Amino acid sequence: MNLSPDKQREMLRQMLTIRHFEERASADYHAGKIYGVVHCYIGEEAVAVGVCSALETGDQIISTHRGHGHCIAKGADLNRMMAELYGRQGGYCKGKGGSMHIADFGIGMLGANGIVAGGISIVTGAGLAAQMDGNGRVAVSFFGDGASNAGPFHECLNIAATWKLPMIYVCENNMYAAQTAAAATHAMPDVAGRAAGYGIPGVVVDGNDIFGVYQAAARAVARARAGEGPTLIECKTYRWRAHTERAGQPDFRTAEEIEAWKTKDPIARLSGQLIAQGSMSEADLKALDQEALASIAASVAFAEASPFPTPEQALEDMYAA
Amino acid sequence: MRELTYAQAGVEAVAEEMRVDPRIFYMSTDPIMPLVKEFGDKRVRATPIAEAALTGISIGAAGSGYRPIMDWRQVTFSFVAMDQIVNQAAKIHYMFGGQRTFPILYRANVGGGTRLAAQHCQCPYSMFMNLSGLKMFLPSTPYDLKGLLKTAIRDNNPVISFESNRLLTTKGPVPEEDYTIPLGVADIKRKGTDVTIVAIAWLVHEALAAAEELAKSGISVEVIDPRTLVPLDVETIRASVRKTGRLVVADEAGPTAGFSAEVAAVATEDPETFARMKSPVRRVCALNVPIPYSPPLEDHVFPDRKRIMAGIRDVLEGARSVRGG
Ligand SMILES: Cc1ncc(C[n+]2csc(CCOP(=O)(O)OP(=O)(O)O)c2C)c(N)n1
Ligand SMILES: [Mg+2]
Repeated sequence: MNLSPDKQREMLRQMLTIRHFEERASADYHAGKIYGVVHCYIGEEAVAVGVCSALETGDQIISTHRGHGHCIAKGADLNRMMAELYGRQGGYCKGKGGSMHIADFGIGMLGANGIVAGGISIVTGAGLAAQMDGNGRVAVSFFGDGASNAGPFHECLNIAATWKLPMIYVCENNMYAAQTAAAATHAMPDVAGRAAGYGIPGVVVDGNDIFGVYQAAARAVARARAGEGPTLIECKTYRWRAHTERAGQPDFRTAEEIEAWKTKDPIARLSGQLIAQGSMSEADLKALDQEALASIAASVAFAEASPFPTPEQALEDMYAA
Repeated sequence: MRELTYAQAGVEAVAEEMRVDPRIFYMSTDPIMPLVKEFGDKRVRATPIAEAALTGISIGAAGSGYRPIMDWRQVTFSFVAMDQIVNQAAKIHYMFGGQRTFPILYRANVGGGTRLAAQHCQCPYSMFMNLSGLKMFLPSTPYDLKGLLKTAIRDNNPVISFESNRLLTTKGPVPEEDYTIPLGVADIKRKGTDVTIVAIAWLVHEALAAAEELAKSGISVEVIDPRTLVPLDVETIRASVRKTGRLVVADEAGPTAGFSAEVAAVATEDPETFARMKSPVRRVCALNVPIPYSPPLEDHVFPDRKRIMAGIRDVLEGARSVRGG
């Protein structure tokens, strides 16, 4: 693996940005400035950043209801993201989407999706388009352990394997689907094991180890670009916060379990590695953290300055010309 | 003029558009052989039987610059793809603030008369009409089908082409020259002055037969075929009803929350139209049951020219509307 110090630093910056974005989104949600629902990705940042670091401009991804991390890792504009959460005109979807529906087609981010497993086939269509274009682009589907039990996962793996589509299916196994433990809904503990049924590689990686994630993704991307077909990567990880920020939702996970996973913080792990290998100082880390924080503060300022949509705008964007 | 069947007109529309636009490709669980022969198995794909995935794959390919056509075949097979239709295709343009266009054509066969029973024939288009974000049509002639399909393939939105099972082998004139028919424009299939009948698909032909019969007793019936269900040509319907003062709606689907209900509502909620109405609206629809198999059962469920004539007589006498057959 030859990741330049700059690239490693950039990976850390993105992870810090995701973390701070969501800490702010959570706080602003509880302050009543963000509506509906927010699903935080905190604790899982290494998956989105590790995978997207192996991609190039022109590659496409699709996300889930827990989508902020994927957006940021693919290079989305924080201002327009935050403005969307704030329900403002300046948001990515002009306030029509909110947290669960942020997309930036221009950067190949085909959208968060409010329906579990809802995006898997859409991004497989992007993979088919890439194959037909013959331009070496790949497409990545992010989805949860819960989504891996839904039909689209199986239909799409079979189609992608049969047609050798340039796809990478990334299962973010955070061990729970809302309140339900994966152990109660999966006959086999490893989702990656299902790849065998479709005749494609299935790999399990430590989702909190960004280099491990990156390596697995880079291998899958190379395979896809070479026309050899899809790979299923399962990243074992954990979300620190409740399923959503909505109040009053049960969380059956034990405090011990949550605390144990916090000691495996993917950000602390990467920053520790960078400092230990001498590619970064404590002061550098602090500066990077400040940089991330400042970008979030700026995004909030942008969101607050952006007007709410006018009621009549509810009728805009129904059909394309 | 040359004659083609309804099915042939559909294939010809697709082939003509595929010839001029390389971004169009076609997916269905069993491909149409003449299309495979002309365009190859990459542009006309035989797919796994996975309608949910394919419906979504169409969305992703459309968002990536292609113009997919996905053939659900029987509309009942589209029901396994409801998430992709309802939550994704219908909403993706609006929900993401119009960032991308999604030019997709979904094709689906609807209607009875095939003895295929409940899971292979249905007229559920009003379910789809109820969604915001999809356009859709249901033509009654080969000419209309071809012209509307060509427009739909060039449209930058998801469009559903509902195609009538009963009409697949019926022939009609289709010119050799290139033509299109705009979405949202009804066709007055017969002019008349006493009663307006709004009908779609096979029932257009039944309505025309009823009109012909009634003409013998001096009753003048205007037959309107909206052709497009969304957007519906409301003005043509209202203008006709304002002229005749009477409205019968014939539909191969059941009446409940159906196409017929929509037509009745758009006519009567317009004060000017309502003011000129001389009798209540009469709907001539299928019975509200899953489509049964045995011929006497199936034939009883669907309306036909006889029931249409009875409906017309009802509105002429100002009789109270009676639901169903
Ligand atoms: C089809 C569907 N069913 C149920 C839900 C409600 N829901 C939202 S997220 C979620 C859990 C998803 O779990 P998983 O796929 O593991 O993703 P995670 O939340 O763990 O990231 C559920 C049940 C939904 N959004 N869509
Ligand atoms: Mg999960």
